[in-house]
Amino acid sequence: MGVEGIGARVTRKEDKRFLTGKGRYTDDMSVPGMKHAFFVRSPHAHARIRSIDVSAAKAMPGVIDVLDGKQLQADGIGNLICGWMIHSKDGSPMKMGAWRPLAHEVVRYVGDAVAIVVADSSAEARDAAEAVVVDYEELPAVTESLVALEAGAPQLHPEAPGNLIFDWQIGDPDATDQAIASAAHVTEIEIHNNRLSPNPMEPRATLGIYDTGDDHYTCYTTSQNPHVARLVMSAFYNVAPENKLRVIAPDVGGGFGSKIYIYPEEIVCLWASRKTGVPVKWVSDRTEAFLTDAHGRDHVSKVKMAFDADHRIIGLKVDTIANLGAYMSLFSSCVPTYLYATLLSGQYAIPAIHANVRTVYTNTVPVDAYRGAGRPEATYLLERTMETAARELGLSPAELRRKNFIRSFPHQTPVIMNYDAGDYEASLDAAMEAVDWKGFSARRAEAETRGKKRGIGMSCYIEACGLAPSAAVGSLGAGVGLWESAEVRVNAVGTIEVLTGSHSHGQGHETTFAQVVADRLGVSIDSVNIVHGDTDKVQMGMGTYGSRSGAVGMSAVVKALDKVEAKAKKIAAHLMEADESDIVIENGELKVAGTDKTVPWFQVALAAYTAHNLPSGMEPGLKETAFYDPANFTFPAGCYIAEVEIDPETGKTEIIQFVAADDFGNIINPLIVEGQVHGGLAQGIGQALLEDVKYDRETGQLLTASYMDYAMPRADDLPFFKLSHQNTPCPGNPLGVKGCGEAGAIGSPPALMNAITDAIGDNSLTMPATPMKVWQALQTAH
Amino acid sequence: MAKVTLTVNGRTVSGECEERTLLVHFIRDKLGLTGTHVGCDTTQCGACVIHMDGKSVKSCSILAVQASGSSVTTIEGLSSQRELHPVQAAFKEHHGLQCGFCTPGMVMTAVDMINRHGGKLDEATVRHELEGNICRCTGYHNIVKAVLSANAEMQAGRQAAE
Amino acid sequence: MYATGYHRASSVEEAVKLKGQHDEGRYLSGGMTLIATMKQRLAAPTDLVDLRHIADLHGISVDGRNVRIGAATPHAEVAGSSALRAICPAICDLAGKIGDPHVRHMGTIGGSIANNDPAADYPAAMLGLGATIITDRRWLSADDFFAGLFETALEEGEMVTGVTFEAPEKAGYAKFANPASRYALAGVFVARRADGVRVAVAGAGADGVFRHSGMEEALAASWSPDAVAGAAVDARDMLTDMHANGEYRANLVKVMAKRAVIAAG
Repeated sequence: MGVEGIGARVTRKEDKRFLTGKGRYTDDMSVPGMKHAFFVRSPHAHARIRSIDVSAAKAMPGVIDVLDGKQLQADGIGNLICGWMIHSKDGSPMKMGAWRPLAHEVVRYVGDAVAIVVADSSAEARDAAEAVVVDYEELPAVTESLVALEAGAPQLHPEAPGNLIFDWQIGDPDATDQAIASAAHVTEIEIHNNRLSPNPMEPRATLGIYDTGDDHYTCYTTSQNPHVARLVMSAFYNVAPENKLRVIAPDVGGGFGSKIYIYPEEIVCLWASRKTGVPVKWVSDRTEAFLTDAHGRDHVSKVKMAFDADHRIIGLKVDTIANLGAYMSLFSSCVPTYLYATLLSGQYAIPAIHANVRTVYTNTVPVDAYRGAGRPEATYLLERTMETAARELGLSPAELRRKNFIRSFPHQTPVIMNYDAGDYEASLDAAMEAVDWKGFSARRAEAETRGKKRGIGMSCYIEACGLAPSAAVGSLGAGVGLWESAEVRVNAVGTIEVLTGSHSHGQGHETTFAQVVADRLGVSIDSVNIVHGDTDKVQMGMGTYGSRSGAVGMSAVVKALDKVEAKAKKIAAHLMEADESDIVIENGELKVAGTDKTVPWFQVALAAYTAHNLPSGMEPGLKETAFYDPANFTFPAGCYIAEVEIDPETGKTEIIQFVAADDFGNIINPLIVEGQVHGGLAQGIGQALLEDVKYDRETGQLLTASYMDYAMPRADDLPFFKLSHQNTPCPGNPLGVKGCGEAGAIGSPPALMNAITDAIGDNSLTMPATPMKVWQALQTAH
Repeated sequence: MAKVTLTVNGRTVSGECEERTLLVHFIRDKLGLTGTHVGCDTTQCGACVIHMDGKSVKSCSILAVQASGSSVTTIEGLSSQRELHPVQAAFKEHHGLQCGFCTPGMVMTAVDMINRHGGKLDEATVRHELEGNICRCTGYHNIVKAVLSANAEMQAGRQAAE
Repeated sequence: MYATGYHRASSVEEAVKLKGQHDEGRYLSGGMTLIATMKQRLAAPTDLVDLRHIADLHGISVDGRNVRIGAATPHAEVAGSSALRAICPAICDLAGKIGDPHVRHMGTIGGSIANNDPAADYPAAMLGLGATIITDRRWLSADDFFAGLFETALEEGEMVTGVTFEAPEKAGYAKFANPASRYALAGVFVARRADGVRVAVAGAGADGVFRHSGMEEALAASWSPDAVAGAAVDARDMLTDMHANGEYRANLVKVMAKRAVIAAG
C-alpha cells in the first residue's frame, strides 16, 4: 500500500466542504422562479375521503395552485409499487394494495398525502394547506401486526383479505420438526423487534423542475440511488421517459435505508411543476419525517431451538410476523424474507432450519429496509436465543457458541446462503480479550458494593452484504439486477474522473474510491475525482445500500481499471518499443520491467488523446466502463460484547464497555471503516436502549413524532467504543472486501440485551430497555 | 414585513422579511449562507447552531427580527476558506463527520464549548455539552475525540502565545 | 408558524403598554419555548413583545444572602455566576442542566417560570427556595404563583420582572431526565432554611410542580438522604404518560429527593 493507497488511513477529501458550510444538499438548491410545496396529509389513520375542497386554499395569499389525487390519476401518474415479488407457500403472489401518490379514495395512515399546495413561500403553502377542506369518513384502524391478523380486524386493502400480504416459508419444515421432537433440550423464546425510525439528520427534500422548452424534467432529491429513482419514476409512475428525466442526488445527509425508496413527494413535485409551470421544492420537517419516512424492523417471532445431548444445535424453527405498514414500500417484501430468514443460521452449523414469515398490513407508515434490514432481526433473534439456551443449559455463552461455530468454508446453510470465508472464533477470542471477560466477576462484585448491578453479554453476528448477484436475486423475485457500474475517465493530462453508480451520503466514497485508483495507478488521490449522484453524468447504476459500495461498487471500478491499465500498457509498450507483457506500473510511471525505461503516466494519457503515435488500429482516448455483477454475497461477521451497569433505583443502564471485533475482509481505509462501525453501533444501541416508534392502538396516531418523544442517542448515552479487526479476505471479489456499513447496527442490540438481562436476571425484557422497563423488571424480580 | 439588520461574518447586511421568519431561514434564504441547516422542529438537533453576539444559539428558534442588531457568525465565517479553524481541522483529522449535515452545528458548538471552558474539558463534559446536538452517523466517538483534540491544541496555542 | 407581529420594548413600562395594545399578543423573552410552540402552530399570538432588550430585566445581584435575578437573565448566566455559586450552588447547578448550552444562552428565568411547564426545572427551584416572584405590579410568593400545568397567578398583561430569595443554609437539586426530550421525568429541589425545609418536585406531578410535605417533615426531623426513603409518594398523584407511569415517577421522586439531599451535603 502506498501512503494513499488501499489500507491507508487517509483523511477524507470531501471533509473541507462539509466543515466550511459548502456542502450542497437538496434544500440548498435554488433556481429562478422556484416555489414551495406543502402537503396536505391525512390526520386519520384510516378514513374514506368523501370530498376535497381546495377553493378556499386557492384563494389564499401567495398560492399558485392546489392539486389533488384525482387530477394526478387523470394525468396518468401511476401508483407506487413494491419491486420484489414474493410468493406465498401456496404459490400465490403477494397481495399488493394500491398506493396512490396522492390518496383520493381512502387514506391508510396518519400522514398519507392527500393534496399538494404550491405557494410563494413554504409558510404560505402551509397556511393554505390548513384551508383545504377534506371531508373524511373515519374508519377503524389497526396498528399492530398480531391484531391485524385477527378475525374482525379493520381491513386495509381489498386485494389482501385478512390484511395478509404473504405467508412465506424457507427451509425444511419436516426435518426441523423431527429435530425438535428428538432434541435433548429445546429453548423456546418469543422475540419482539421494536419499530424504529431511521432519522438521517437531513430530512427528505425534493426539487422538481419541468422545462417547457425541452419538455424535460429535473429532479433534485435526497436519494441513495438516483438511477433507480429515475428508472422507477419512468417505468412505473409514468412521470416521464428516462431520457426526459434527470435525477440528481447531490450531497445527501445520511440515508440508512430510508432514502432508497421513491416516495410520493418527488413524483408529485415533478408533476406539480409541469401543472403549475414553476419549479416546486418540498422539504420535510422532522415531524413529517417521522410520519412518512419508511420505518424499520417491527417483527414478532416465536422461536424453538433444538439441541442434542452434546449441546449442538440440531434444529431451528421460527415463526415471524412482520408489520409492513399501510402500503408495500419499494423493497419491503425482501427485508423480512431473503434479507432475514436466509441469515438464521448465524455463525452456527445448524442442519435443519424452518422459518415461516407472514407479512401484514396495518394503518402505520410503510416499513422497509433500515440499516441492516432483516439481518438485525435475524441476529437479535438468534443471539437472544443462544444466550437463553446457554443459561438454560448451564453453559457459558462463549462455550455454547464455540461448540456450534462453523469452522470450514465454504459452508452451505439450509437457508440458501453459502458462506465463503470467516474465522468466528478469532473474533470471539479478540472480543473476550478486549473486554477482559475473565475479570468480569471481580468487576461485578465491586459494582455490588456500590449497589449497582453489572451484566455482560455477547453477540456473534453474521450478515450477507454486497447486494447482490443479479441472477440469484432475480430468481428470488427481485425486479432489478444488483450489479454496479463504473467509468474510469483518464484526462489528457493524466488526472482521472471515476463515475460510479454508487452514491455517497456519508460513506466517504470520494476518498476511498480514489484510494483504489491511487493504489492501482500510483497517482495521488488529489488527482482522482469521484463523480456520482447525477443520472445525466453517470451511467446507469444501482446506488448505495446493503453495504454494497465496496464489494460491488469498487469492484466495478477495479474492472474498469483493468481495462484502462491494459490499454495504457499497450500504449506505453508502443512508446518504449517494448513488449506489452513487460510493462509494469509503479509510482505513477509505466516501466519496462528490469530496465530503466519509463514513461510517466501523464504522457501515456496525453499520447492516448493526441493519437499521433498509437499502436496501429487502436482507438484514441483512455476511458473505460465496466459493469460488475458479484458472484456471491459477502459475509462480514464478528463478535460484540457489552458490559453494562444498572442503577437499580432508577433502572438506568450505563454502558461501561462496548467491544466490537469484526471481520470485514480487506480494508480500504481503516479510519472510515471505524467510523462506519461507530455509527452502526450507536444505532443498534439506540434500538436496544432508547428508540421505539409508538402508535396509539385505538386511533393510529403516531405518538413519537418528534425528538421530544422519540429518543435519539446523544453523546452522553454512549461510551468510546473499543474496536478490532480479525480479517479474512473475501474470495468473491477482486479487492477481498466484505462491507462494513451495517455490522454495528446488526450485532449490537443482542449484546446489550444479553448484558442487561444478565445484570437483572429477567430474560423477558423487550427492547428498548428503557429505565422504566428495567426498573419494573427489577420490582417484579424482587 | 420587517427590516432586519445584522452583522454576519463581519459584514453588515440588511433585508426585509416577514416577522415570522426564523433567523436560520433569513441566513439561508436571504443571505444564501446554506451551511447552517435545519434538522428538527423542536430545538433539539443543533444542526442550526450559530454564534450570536459571541454565544452559541439555535437559529431555528430565534426570529430574524429578534436577532436584528446582533452580530452573527455562521460556519462560513468561522475561518478563512483557505485555512481551517483548529476545530474544523480536528474534525477532519479524527473523522468526526460523515454525511456532514450536523457538522456545521457541531463545529460551532465545539468552538463555543472550548471558548467557555477555557481548556478544562474532559470526555464527560464534552458529552454533556453535546446534549443539544444530534448526529446519526458517527456515534459521537470521533466527534468527542475531535473536540478534545482541538481543545488541547488550542490550549497549547494559547499557552505558547502567553 | 402563523403570521405574527413583533415589537421590541426598551423598558418594562413600554412592554406593558405594547402588550396592552394587543389583546392576543404575548411577551417574548428567550423564546426557547414560545418560538418552538409557535413553529408547531400550537400557539398563534398576533403580536410578540420582545423583552430581551430591556436592560432592567438583566442581571444577578447578590447582597449578603439576598439574591435577585432579573427575569431576562439567561440560564447560562445563572449557571456561571460565581457570586451566586458562593451562597447557593444548587440553583447554579440546576440552571446548568436546563436544556443544552445553546438553549441556556437564550432561555431566561422569567420565561421559564411564567410558562410553568410541568417538566421545567426553575419552578421547582422557586418553590423549593421559597422565592418571591416580582412582576410589573406586585410581589408574589412562589407558593401563590404556580397554579397547575402551564398555569400561574399572572393576570392579563402582567409580566414577570424578576425573582428574589434568601439563600438557604443548604440546597440541592437532582433530576432524572426523559431520555427523549431531556426534560425532567422527576426533578426534586430540597432546601433547608432557618424556618424549615422545603421540598419541591418538577416533572412528576399530575398537576405540575408541587411541594411534598411528607418529605419536608421527614427532612426537618432528620436532614439525611435516608430520611426521605420512608416518605410516601402516591403514584396516583403522579403524571402518567407514554414515557413513565405514576409508579415509576413516584419512585423517581423518592430517589431524586435522596440524591438532592446528598448533593446539598
